[in-house]
Order: sequence, then structure tokens, then C-alpha cells
Amino acid sequence: MKIAVCVKQVVSREWHLRVADSKTWIRDQDASYELNEPDAYALEEGLRLKEKHGGEVIVVSAGPARVSQVIREALARGADRAIHVEVEGLVDADAFVTAEALAAALSDERCDLVLTGLQSDDSGFAQTGVLLAEKLGMPHGTIIMDVQVADGGLRVKRELEGGWFQWIAMPLPALLAIQSGINQLRYATLKGIMAAKKKDVKKIAAPSVAPRQQILNLYFPEKKKATQLISGSPAEAARELVRRLRDEARVIQ
Amino acid sequence: MILVVAEQLDGRLNRASWEAIAAAQQTGGPVKVVVLGAQAGAVAADLAAADVAEVLVAEHPSLERYTADGYVLALAQIAGAEQPELVALPHTYQTRDFAPKLAARLDRALITDCIGVRPHDGGRVFVRAMFQGKLYADVLPAGPAPHIVTFQIGAYRADAVARGSSAAPTRALSLTIDASAVRQKPEAPFKEAKQAVDLSQAERIVAVGRGIKGQEHLAVAEKLAAALGAELAASRPICDAGWLPMDRQVGSSGQTVAPKLYVALGISGAIQHLVGMKGSSTIVAINKDPDAPMFEVADYGIVGDLFEIVPALTKALNG
Repeated sequence: MKIAVCVKQVVSREWHLRVADSKTWIRDQDASYELNEPDAYALEEGLRLKEKHGGEVIVVSAGPARVSQVIREALARGADRAIHVEVEGLVDADAFVTAEALAAALSDERCDLVLTGLQSDDSGFAQTGVLLAEKLGMPHGTIIMDVQVADGGLRVKRELEGGWFQWIAMPLPALLAIQSGINQLRYATLKGIMAAKKKDVKKIAAPSVAPRQQILNLYFPEKKKATQLISGSPAEAARELVRRLRDEARVIQ
Repeated sequence: MILVVAEQLDGRLNRASWEAIAAAQQTGGPVKVVVLGAQAGAVAADLAAADVAEVLVAEHPSLERYTADGYVLALAQIAGAEQPELVALPHTYQTRDFAPKLAARLDRALITDCIGVRPHDGGRVFVRAMFQGKLYADVLPAGPAPHIVTFQIGAYRADAVARGSSAAPTRALSLTIDASAVRQKPEAPFKEAKQAVDLSQAERIVAVGRGIKGQEHLAVAEKLAAALGAELAASRPICDAGWLPMDRQVGSSGQTVAPKLYVALGISGAIQHLVGMKGSSTIVAINKDPDAPMFEVADYGIVGDLFEIVPALTKALNG
């Protein structure tokens, strides 16, 4: 199977967010970055499918030069080669622009299966993968918790709401947006990191696409609830919290 | 006209449909509601109680079980015939599955997971959360109508739907769907084996999030839970990582709880978690990030290192 996995680089969760002066994106010049966690599950699923059915895993990412960090990480975990759609302007791109960039990378690859994460930790559109499926002319499934390959097609387990699930069959080629938690992630070994240095990363230019949405203003939400913040040393704060839970909220004895 | 796409399964409306109708009504202008399925007519009378211009019923054998391809083929036709300026949907798992494909098919803007709408320059801006709920963005859709918008579950109240003085007219739509163009073949929905842990009955819950950093640190939370007589629960990433079993998960893909006391340790408070616990009577948040959205729903908060605060809290309770 020829499997492509689309991954995004996002600012790390540990990094303290600040809004840029433009008020349309974060001030990310000195940010630290990481692999979008939902995409890590898609990558892991791609690697497992390759181990089971043979073939290759191509990692695809769109973004500026710094995106090579997550591409290298994916290669170190076991992807065979990579395509980097390199463009500076993609940092705050909307899902339409990103999907077009990924489609440009994949249109000539004739993959059997394209995998994405469910959504990104930064923009959280939850639409790039499905848009890409339409641009590639593929059927798709989202929120996928199990992938079975048989008879030239897929049988996948889709998570519904409220604890319900559903199996869906579809022909290949197809695109799946993988649900986080579908598998247990592997991490790169030293051997994998060394091997990644020799793997091929093809760079291509992004197509020019008009965005479909524009951020006018990015801001911290106004605090609406009067949360009682308790300060002091850990011991003082703990004692004070216990007192309030006992005397005010009356939720403990 | 705003066209709301209601969601039904086996003749039962998804409650979030009412929230989307409320959002559309509050956005302003005439509202129509469309419902799709093999027997979508079963819920048309319910929907007609809302103060809307019309309820459209799109019944077709190819829509008996939901498929993304079937819904996109149907809604592309309906949007073409009805010419809405805005298509509004609840941001359910089902909507997430087909709305982007509809947007791509129609080549129109899609703004997802909105929590508000504001007039702007003769048009509208949509407010949506980004960066795990830590930031909000005012977003302007670009390109021609219809723009497609999905509303976050819980952002609008279902009981805020304006009711009509009489039932809204319903109209059956006739659709042409080539069954061979529907590539997904769905099987019947099913539930996994019954959950071993029923958190919904717990009076007190101690829940852990990413801030716990590793499975080896869970003992810190377990000791606090024991001191409080609480059940241990977690946000999704903890269960995804396998540190706690999936049946300890609170949130949109786990259990919904409303205990007397909910203590959130190192949980930033993504909306997927908040929807599962915000009905708790008293909420305590302990987190090192003062901007964590969990503080927005908490009654009591301590900003700091949970590995210092939680042992102190356990000691204070046991003392």
C-alpha cells in the first residue's frame, strides 16, 4: 500500500501564547513547535498499516522552512520519504489553502490511502482532511478508531457520539481522518533518527489560492465567571481551599 | 435566508439541532430548516413548532443511513434550489464528517465550531475558539454565498428557540441521488460493551489532564481522590495515552458527569472536556497556566504546580 500521512507543525502546548501586534495571529517568532498530536496518531496508524500490508509511508507537510522539524521527526519514527510544500505564508492559512497545498503534493503520487489527524491544536478547523479528500476525488471517513484493509477496499470503525460506533466500507483510494487514541504512539529511536537523515525530502512550491476566511481579530476571551483564585504557598493555598470547600461550597465534611 | 440542517437518527432529532436553530434565529433574517433521511418526515412536525419560515423534508432511500457522499449530494442540490445566504449546522461528529466536503463541492467558505455571530460592515463576523480554547477569533468568510457555518455544541441554548404561534409549513423535496455515487457503505451503529465505571453517579471526582505528565505520577491524584472519597477520571489525552482506561474519560467522547465536586488537575479545559463536566456544582481547577480555559468554568482556582499543591491539599484534608 502506498500511504500518505499529512502532518502539521503547531506551537507546542507548553509555550505561553501571546497575540501578535497585528491582532490576526500569535506572536510566534520565539515559539517552540511540535508535531500536531492528532497527526501523530495518523502517522502511527500509517506505519502500522505498512508493517502489516507492505508498501511505503510518505509524510506530507505544508508550511515554512521550520516545518522540516516535524518532517524529520516523522521520518525518524519510520516514514520512508517526505514532501514539503514550502511557503512562508502558510503559517496562518485557512483550511482551503492548506488543502490545496497538500493536494498539489499528492496529486501525482497516486496513493492508495491518505491519512490525516482529526484537527489541529492551533486553528482547530477540523476540515482540512475532508477538503483534501474532495480535491483528490476520494471517499473519506472521519473520527476513525480502527482500519481494516481487505479485497481492495477498507472497512473502518467510525466513532459516533455518546459511545456509539459504526463500521463503514469504502473502496480505495480513500482518505481517513484518524481519531486520537486509535493506537499507542511509538517514539523515534536513535537508529531511526540517524536513518531519517538519509531519507528523501522533496520540496515543492504551493499553488496560489485565495483564502476562504480571514481573521479580523484574535484575542484572549473575556473572563465571565468570578473564579475565586486562591494564592499563597502550596500549603497555605491548600488549607484555604479546604476551608472554602467545607464552609462555603459545603461539598466536603 | 438561513438554512439550518437539522440532524436526526432513526426518527430522533439530535438535540444540537435546536441549538443551531436558536443560533440562526438570533443571527437574524428568515430561517428555514431542512432534515434529511429515509423517514425524515417523522421529525418534521417537531421542527415545525419553531418560529421558522418553512421545514423542508428531504427523504430518499439513499439517505436511510447517513453517509458523507449521500448527504453532500443531497445538500448540494438543496442549496442550489433554495439559494440560502448561510447554511447553519450544529458542530456534531456527523457535521464534521460531511460539511467540509459540501463546502469543497460548492466551493464556498466554511467556518467551523462558532460560538457567536456579530454584524460587521453589512455582513457578519463569526466568533470561534482557537488554540484549544485559549484564544478567540473574529472571522470573516470570503467569497460568494452561501457561507457554511457550524455552531459549537452548547454555545447556544436549545431552550432559547423561538416558537411559532402556529406550526410552520412543511414541504417535501424531491431529490435525485445516484446510489452508485455513494461510496461509503455503512453498517448499523452499535455500542461497545457496557462501561465498567459509571462516573455519572459519583458525588466527587478528581480528574487529571496532561499536567500529570506521566502514568507514574497518577498516585498523586489517587491519594487526593482517596482523601476526598472521589472517583478518579481523566481528560481524553490521558486515556489516549493508555495511562487510564477509556471508561474513566470525561468529555464529549467519554462520560458526562455532574458531581457535587469536580477537581481538575492539570486539565487545560478544551471544549471537548468542558461539555462533559461543566454541569458540576462546584469546580476546582489547579493548573500552572493562568490562561487555561478551565479557570473560566471553575469556582475555585489555584495557579501553580500541581505536584506541590496536590500533596499539600491531600495533607490538609487528611490532617
